[in-house]
Amino acid sequence: MKNKILPFSVIIIFGIIFFIFYKGLEDSKIYTPDVNTKKEIPVFNTKEFFSGENVKSSSIFELDKIYLLNIWSSWCVPCRQEHPFLMNLNLDNKVNIIGMNYKDNLKNAENFLEELGNPYKEIFIDIDGTIAIEWGAYGVPESFLIYKNKIIKKYIGPLNQELVDEINLLIK
Amino acid sequence: MKFLRFFLIFILLLPLSSLNAEEYDKRNKITKNLRCLICQGQSVYDSDSEFANSLKIVVDKKLKEGLSEEQIYEYFKTKYGEWILYDPGINKNTYILWLLPILIFLIGGAIIYKSFIVRK
Repeated sequence: MKNKILPFSVIIIFGIIFFIFYKGLEDSKIYTPDVNTKKEIPVFNTKEFFSGENVKSSSIFELDKIYLLNIWSSWCVPCRQEHPFLMNLNLDNKVNIIGMNYKDNLKNAENFLEELGNPYKEIFIDIDGTIAIEWGAYGVPESFLIYKNKIIKKYIGPLNQELVDEINLLIK
Repeated sequence: MKFLRFFLIFILLLPLSSLNAEEYDKRNKITKNLRCLICQGQSVYDSDSEFANSLKIVVDKKLKEGLSEEQIYEYFKTKYGEWILYDPGINKNTYILWLLPILIFLIGGAIIYKSFIVRK
């Protein structure tokens, strides 16, 4: 009897290990960031884009309005692609688009807006990328849908028509 | 006069040389344990991407604010999730990872003990 317990338990343990690793094979190996976060927006101090005055995050985001925070930069090519969609979204006036200018040269950024239009209600500056880290952002472009100081949804990468439709549905 | 000049240079260089070596080491250690999320197989320490450079600045800031290593990891975990740490803690997703080697080690030890020592 004693001799049988040993091989039996070895088989069971290897069975369990095999099962765990086999299950692991089925999991997606592609890292997908969590985009449906209900996280509070961070508190930060920054400078306004045009005037260069100090602003607090609490004065930008009001509780009862819906905001779309868009991280952009003049050197970022996908930002150029998504810009017309932001302009369109601004036409409906349902959502306040806030811009975060990421690690940019101010002169280039101003030229960018002059050339493609300014859909932003307010723009603030993130000169060294640290505010983007506070937001949990990965890079440019990236957009956050915000309501009641909470991030409802995060869009990593440029917006397209499909995503704009989704935003319109969400803010209805 | 010459002496005064050297003395002045020495005084000016003094704060540079003691640029808090301890903090520097700590910063390197922390950034080596943070995954550069937009790179492939690189830590924040290894990477020179925009994302990694910003992260290094944030780590510096947090160290200056007096946060401990653990608190900094916790901060990044709330921002980016467990994935950003190369050395994850024990939770419901990782306990098998942590406990399996110990379990295998114990069972292996028991098998060796049974088959060699008890049999004698």
